[in-house]
Amino acid sequence: MAKITYRQALNQAMAEEMERDPSVFLIGEEVAEYQGAFKVSQGLLQRFGAKRVVDTPISEAAFSGLAVGAALYGLRPIVEFMNWSFSFVAFDQLINNVGSLRFMSGGQFDLPMVFRGPSGGGTQIGATHSHCPESWFAGVPALTVVSPAFPEDAKGLLKSSIRSNNPVFFFEGERLYGLEGEVPDADFLTPIGEAKVCREGDDLTIVSGGYSTHVALSAAEALSANGKEADLIDLRTIKPYDFDRVARSVRKTNRLLIVEENKPFAGWGAQIAYDVQHRLFDWLDAPILRVTGLDLPQPYNGKLEAQVLPNVERILAAARQLLA
Amino acid sequence: MVADDPAVAVAEPKAPASSLSPEIQIDLYRQMVRIRRFEEKSAQAFMRAAIKGFCHLYIGQEAVAVGALSVLEARDAVITAYRDHGVALARGTPARACMAELFGKQTGCSHGMGGSMHLFDRAHHFYGGHAIVGSHTAVAAGLAFAQQYENTGGVTLCLLGEGAVNQGVFSETLNLVSLWKLPIVFLIENNDYAMGTSVSRSSAGLPLVNRGSAFDMAGRTANGMDIEDVRAKVAEAINLARTEHLPTLLEVNTYRYRGHSMSDPDTYRTKEEIEEHKKSDPILLYRRKLEGRQVLSDALAKQIDADARAEAQDALTFAEQSPEPDLDFAFSLRFSAEDQIDPIPRPRYSDI
Repeated sequence: MAKITYRQALNQAMAEEMERDPSVFLIGEEVAEYQGAFKVSQGLLQRFGAKRVVDTPISEAAFSGLAVGAALYGLRPIVEFMNWSFSFVAFDQLINNVGSLRFMSGGQFDLPMVFRGPSGGGTQIGATHSHCPESWFAGVPALTVVSPAFPEDAKGLLKSSIRSNNPVFFFEGERLYGLEGEVPDADFLTPIGEAKVCREGDDLTIVSGGYSTHVALSAAEALSANGKEADLIDLRTIKPYDFDRVARSVRKTNRLLIVEENKPFAGWGAQIAYDVQHRLFDWLDAPILRVTGLDLPQPYNGKLEAQVLPNVERILAAARQLLA
Repeated sequence: MVADDPAVAVAEPKAPASSLSPEIQIDLYRQMVRIRRFEEKSAQAFMRAAIKGFCHLYIGQEAVAVGALSVLEARDAVITAYRDHGVALARGTPARACMAELFGKQTGCSHGMGGSMHLFDRAHHFYGGHAIVGSHTAVAAGLAFAQQYENTGGVTLCLLGEGAVNQGVFSETLNLVSLWKLPIVFLIENNDYAMGTSVSRSSAGLPLVNRGSAFDMAGRTANGMDIEDVRAKVAEAINLARTEHLPTLLEVNTYRYRGHSMSDPDTYRTKEEIEEHKKSDPILLYRRKLEGRQVLSDALAKQIDADARAEAQDALTFAEQSPEPDLDFAFSLRFSAEDQIDPIPRPRYSDI
C-alpha cells in the first residue's frame, strides 16, 4: 500500500489502462501540454505521446461527439471535462448520442467510453461552475454514473470504467483531488455497482457518495461522540446503486438518512428513498430523510455556499430528528 | 461533359462517351432507380399508416447518394442525417432490412429500435441515420479520427442537409477536422429547404461551401442532378482525404420533390417550382445520357425498372410479414456485455 492523492490515483488508473490497451486515449481541454487543468493527466503526454493524449480547442460539443464516433469505430476514449458544468454545451452529444446510439442501432455498436472531470461546489466559483449533474445523467437509461470518494476507489473504479464496454460518467471533485489515502500497489479493479461501508453502527444508516461522504463521515463521528453509531454507506456507484447493501443496513438500523450534494428535487437520493420505502416499508421506524444541496443556484459568497451545500450541522439536525 | 453550372447540365442525345465503363454507368443508373422505387413504395405504405412516425423521402436526390457512395471502398465509413433511406440502400444495406426498419420490425436493420431516421448497418460501415440536425457531423469526425488513429487507410464520408450548417457543432467540427487533418469529406446535400425554410432565409454568406474557407478547408461544388458530376467531385475529395489526409467541404445542389417529410403539406413553395425541378430529374437525365451513349437500351431500362419495382415489393412483403420486437429484446439492448470486467448489475428500477 502506498499513500497517494485522489489526483494521483486517477492519473495512475489512466496510465495503467493506456499501457495495457492501445485503443485507450485521453482527449480534452488542457490535458496534454498543460498537464491537466487540475494536473490529473500529469506526465501522460510525455509517456504516451500526442496521438493518445489529445489537447482540444474549447469545443465540448465537437470533441464529445468526436469521441462518440471514435468509440463507435472501436476505440476507447476517456473524455476529460475541465468541469462537468462545461459538459452542458455538449448535452446533445451526451444524451442523444451516448445515451441512444447503441439502442437505436439495435445493439450493433458499443460505446466503451468514459467522460470524467470534477463536479460540485465548495470552491466559490459561482453557479455556472458548481453543478452536480449526476442525477441528470442518471436519468438516461444507458448511462452508468460513478462518483468515488476515496483515492483507492477513484483508481479502482476508473480502471473498471475504462475497461467497461458501456459509457461511464465519472464524477470527481475539485475538493477531492488533494485528498490522500492508501491505495494497493498491485493491479486491482473496484467493481462498478458495489457500495462500501465506511463505518459501522446500529442506530441509523447514512447513505452518501462523492465529497458528501466525507461530510457525512464527520457528522457520523460527531454522532458517535454523543453515543449514537451510524452505519455509513459510500455508494461509489450512483447508477446502478447497490440497493442490497443499503437494504442490509436498513434492516439493521431501521432508520435511513441520505446525504447528497444534488438539489433536492429528483436528486438520486429521491430514487433511493422511493425504493427503500417501497420494498422495506415494514422495516422503517421513521420517515426517510434527505440532506441535499439547497434549492438555489450556487452562491459565490463563501458563508452562503457553506449553507447551501450539505454540511455537518444539517446532517446532525436530520439525524437527531430520525433518532428522536 | 461535367458541368459546374446546373443550367447547362442537361445532357443532350449523342453525349460524349464517358470515361466510366458501361458497367459502372448501368450500375449508377440501376442504384438510382432502386432508391426511387423503394421510396415510392415507402410513401404508399406511409399513406396507409403501415409506416409511422416521420418518413423523409429521398426522391429527387438519388444522384447524390449513389454518385458519392459509388467511389467509396468497403473500409470507408458513411454517416448521414435522417433522410437516410437512399444512403443506406446505396451503401448496400438490403432493401428488406431497410423497409422492415421503416415498419419497426425485428428484422429491420436497427431491429425496430431506430425507424426511418435511424438506419444503421455496421457490416457495411454505415454509421446511421441521425436525426438531431448537425449532431452527427461531430460523430463523423470521430470516425475519421479513429481511421487515422488505427491507420486503416479508410476515410469517412459525412452527408448532411444544408440546414445543418447553421448548427454550432458543425462549425466546431470543421475547425477540428481541418486542424487535425482528418480523412473526411463533408457533403452538404443542399435541397434548398431546411424543412420549410429556404436557404436564402436561413443562411448568410452563400454559397454554403464558403463555410469551409474560414478553416482553410478545400471546397467544391457539384450538380446534384448530374450523377457523374457528383461522382467525379466526390472522387477528387475522397482521394485528397485518403492520400493527403485533407478534409473537404462539398456543396451539392439538389432538390426533393416531396415534402420535408410525409407529414409536410408543402405550402412554402409553388407547384410550378417543383415541376420545373422535375425537368432536371437525375434519373431522367442520366437515362437520356446513357441512351445517347448507347450504353442503355430501352429494353434494359425497362428491365432495371421492373427489377427495382420487384425488389421494393419484395421488401414490402418481407416487412409486412416480419415479427415485431418485444420488450425483453428491447431491454437486452440497453447495455453491451462486459468482457474485461465483472458484469454490472442492471436493475430496471420500474419493477424494483
